[in-house]
Amino acid sequence: MNAEELLYCDTHEWVFVSEQDGQKIATVGISAFAVEQLTDLVYMELPAVGAAVTAGEEFGEVESVKAVSPLYSPVSGTVTEVNEGLPDNLDILNTDPYESGWIMKVNVSEELPESLLDHATYQRQCGEAS
Amino acid sequence: MRNNHATQLIFELSTTGRSGVVLPQCDVPVKQAETLIPDSLLQLAPPPLPEVTEPEVIRHFTNLSTLNMSVDTHYYPLGSCTMKYNPKRNERIAAWDGLAQLHPYQSEASIQGMLQLLFELQQMLGEISGLPAVSLQPAAGAHGELTALMVAAAFFRQQSQHRTKVLAPDSAHGTNPASARMAGFDFVTIRSQADGRVDVQHLKENLGDDTAVFMITNPSTLGLFDDQVQTIADLVHDAGGLIYLDGANMNAILGITRPGDFGADMMHFNPHKTFSGPHGGGGPGAGPICVTETLRSFLPCPTVAFCDESQMYFLDDRSEASIGRVRSFFGNVGVLVRAYCYIRTHGPDGLKRVSETAVLNANYLLSQVKQFLDVPHGDRCMHEFVASASPIKETTGLKQPAMDIAKRLLDYGFHPPTVYFPLTVPEGLMMEPTETESKQTLDAFAATLRTIAEEPAETLRHAPHTTKIRRPDEVMAARKPIVKWTETAD
Amino acid sequence: MPYTYNTPAQQKEMLEEIGARSVDELFDSIPDNMKLGRALQIPPALGELELTSHMQELARQNSNITHNTCFLGAGSYDHFIPAVVDSLASRGEFYTSYTPYQPEVSQGNLQVMFEYQTLICQLTGMDVSNASLYDGGSAAVEAMLMAISITRRNSRVVVLESVHPEYRQIIKTYFATLGTEVVTVADSAHLPNVLDENTAAVLIQSPNFFGNIEDVAAVAEQVHASGALLVCSVDPISLGLLKRPGDAGVDIVVAEGQSLGTPLLYGGPYLGIMACREEFVRRLPGRIAGQTVDQEGNRCWVLTLQTREQHIRREKATSNICTNQGLFALRAAIYLSVMGPQGMRDVADLCLQKAHYAQQQLTNLDRFETVSDLPFFKEFVIRDKQNDVAGLLEKAEDFNLLAGVALGRWYPELEDCLLIAVTEKRTVHEIDQLVEVLGS
Repeated sequence: MNAEELLYCDTHEWVFVSEQDGQKIATVGISAFAVEQLTDLVYMELPAVGAAVTAGEEFGEVESVKAVSPLYSPVSGTVTEVNEGLPDNLDILNTDPYESGWIMKVNVSEELPESLLDHATYQRQCGEAS
Repeated sequence: MRNNHATQLIFELSTTGRSGVVLPQCDVPVKQAETLIPDSLLQLAPPPLPEVTEPEVIRHFTNLSTLNMSVDTHYYPLGSCTMKYNPKRNERIAAWDGLAQLHPYQSEASIQGMLQLLFELQQMLGEISGLPAVSLQPAAGAHGELTALMVAAAFFRQQSQHRTKVLAPDSAHGTNPASARMAGFDFVTIRSQADGRVDVQHLKENLGDDTAVFMITNPSTLGLFDDQVQTIADLVHDAGGLIYLDGANMNAILGITRPGDFGADMMHFNPHKTFSGPHGGGGPGAGPICVTETLRSFLPCPTVAFCDESQMYFLDDRSEASIGRVRSFFGNVGVLVRAYCYIRTHGPDGLKRVSETAVLNANYLLSQVKQFLDVPHGDRCMHEFVASASPIKETTGLKQPAMDIAKRLLDYGFHPPTVYFPLTVPEGLMMEPTETESKQTLDAFAATLRTIAEEPAETLRHAPHTTKIRRPDEVMAARKPIVKWTETAD
Repeated sequence: MPYTYNTPAQQKEMLEEIGARSVDELFDSIPDNMKLGRALQIPPALGELELTSHMQELARQNSNITHNTCFLGAGSYDHFIPAVVDSLASRGEFYTSYTPYQPEVSQGNLQVMFEYQTLICQLTGMDVSNASLYDGGSAAVEAMLMAISITRRNSRVVVLESVHPEYRQIIKTYFATLGTEVVTVADSAHLPNVLDENTAAVLIQSPNFFGNIEDVAAVAEQVHASGALLVCSVDPISLGLLKRPGDAGVDIVVAEGQSLGTPLLYGGPYLGIMACREEFVRRLPGRIAGQTVDQEGNRCWVLTLQTREQHIRREKATSNICTNQGLFALRAAIYLSVMGPQGMRDVADLCLQKAHYAQQQLTNLDRFETVSDLPFFKEFVIRDKQNDVAGLLEKAEDFNLLAGVALGRWYPELEDCLLIAVTEKRTVHEIDQLVEVLGS
């Protein structure tokens, strides 16, 4: 996926929404900036398929050796699929965070929150933070 | 002389058929185990432990011991941990049969000496803290915190007050928020000001009729005495809450000021720090708590009391309001015996001199260190201070200069200070020399630090250079945890 | 001031360097009205000689188990401790070091932790062990909290009445503020009535507080059927002979590790053992050592999985514990190494034989009877038909015998009962003497 076409949370998750059979399916991951800031990821806790997630609330966790960061869902809906292989191969997030580093897919039940940022705005925020 | 063959695992030394003990022949008529216990509850083979001889065990563990830095062998200025000398007399005394070979369910009449010791320790801790009601039961500082918060919860329950929040500053030990949650409270972080003291305005904004306890470490983890503590206590008390003092830093104020006199309602001691019980490679400690008279009836049971009528000490578990037990048996008595010996060795003047010397040593070290490292919170401190290696980051380009300095200190034979704590100081190096170090040692340490601060970045980045192992891969350890040996682990 | 060094001249030099006129000035940040302004009212200082005599005086007023014969148990046992345990554990490099924050200079302690964890797994049959907790009782409550965190069920935990009464009290205390219901049932037959879809865990003890061996495997099946976890508190010495909890379907094992090389110490410090199945490792509280390699590829050890812990996770940590019982984990590691498989089997067998001999001899007397036909290991209950347990204990003390633990304080219905523990240290003569004194 092209990073520039994604929407972002200020908590560094990205989301891409597509239509499938009349359903809105959101693919969710974390940004390259977040991966760099977290350094040396060691563990990720994924949500269960079928679990309900809510925009702005925690759906999982990612850990480096000495930090734990909650993952916040950009959208509300039901988890339809998770990237099972990811926790055992977190290096993918360093090389390919926007494609093979996706974390979960969500069947979206509500409108996307207005607080989501486009790529340019997100990049600007990251620039200010670092 | 260190033995370089020392790092094989005990399991790798195992040879089938060896043993380190010979047990006596059974002197009662022997029955087959199967006739006493159903087969289904028995294990056919004994547990697959290593098979080694006594000399192998001795050489193995003795050699392992030489791979540690310790207070007996090295200067160990680990901030917040109070790594002072552990008196040998106390070790010896605590191991005597008359103090160590006592069963927790012996009759009270048969342990009057032990009960007297524990009773007197309760009284001495009450006097030192200014909080007269004491429980010796908690097993560690964090356990004491939790116990005290449970006491507070029970107190509010009895008062029919629904108070749900525990507050503590951002510089607090991680145990504070964790204990608050374990005791069923929500936790609120209060900001510190730039000078390291509590942001009273932020505290005020968060106080209310849901405030249960404000936890404060004073002197703080920055080694500063927060002179607003009385004001803070008044504010919290006016809101109907209680003050908990984290006693981690009591080594700075023994006989000088008392938590009970500056507004605390509850506190814990770390006898393994303040009163020199050894740290044992990470434990055991103990975490006795002291509270006000108002809170006495909620303390865990039993405490030790004296009966005027019978002139006997006894275990008092009569309080109906008690939270109950937090630990089996009486507590970490072995640690308490050492604390008792330490306090009796020093007496009132001696304890005060302990703190005076600890504070003098820390200030002296600060006066030396600030000549070449940044010390963000002023020229004076209590028993410890936090330097920052941040400026070095800019001059050298090192990403983690505090860590690099710590590792380089190992090459010079010093245990490093605590690094990256408290979280409020970037590249923090927290130094606590304690009272049992001499000026010569402090001078040597400061001179070494200065040398290191001036060394080339490359030397620091790859330090340590002389230790048996160097910068282990923690990422690998956490990604694919190997937490026990198996025959195929290597 | 026996342990400080600075001379008055050095002190003066140091103050000059600091730029302070006096030591008092260093305490200026403490407002005067908060200062104590008087001497602490504690007894005056004692020199080493005086301290020694004072402590001897206190120690003399205690009847210790070296001069008395100990049949007391109930969670704290008089087992044999090989001399190597004390000899090694009294090395300053072990007991005056601290938590291994700097792995390069803590490989000794870290390797000991790793070996301890492995030995506990070998002993219990579990997949992973932490580097220890405070004691058996607090380990039990930590296991219950862990089970709640794993199952995400927080409304109920179940405890069998035959679990150590003090452990049950600790659990009650902890859960009083957490809103989780603690249900106590008389025995495992009652479990079906209380297990529901909101029950997180069941705590069982085997051998239980009365010494009886539970059918843990059967209980495990029952508990798992309801989706709850089984926590089992064990006597580590019994595992020389009894089926390992890991082989009986237990999810989390806890134990009081005092029996593994630690003296009685009037109840502490002791050793909290905790081990679990592999999939729960990230919910396991306490320190854990893990294997890795250093920059040159040398095998070495570090503290690992630290994100579970309070210093990182703060209010979200599953436990507030921040140390292990390093020195006592070391003692257990030395003990288990020196005992080996055969030593553990022999000790367990000696306990079994001697306890059964003692029980047989006592119940042969008219005055005593058994209260249960269940199999037992090293501890058993006898009922005094004359209902004078206090009198019996007092009489035994006159013969330097600590005869047993009276059960009435915890179980009113057992006020005429004694709990008697017989370890490998008791000789046939001591047992015969106990029988003679109690029967006379």
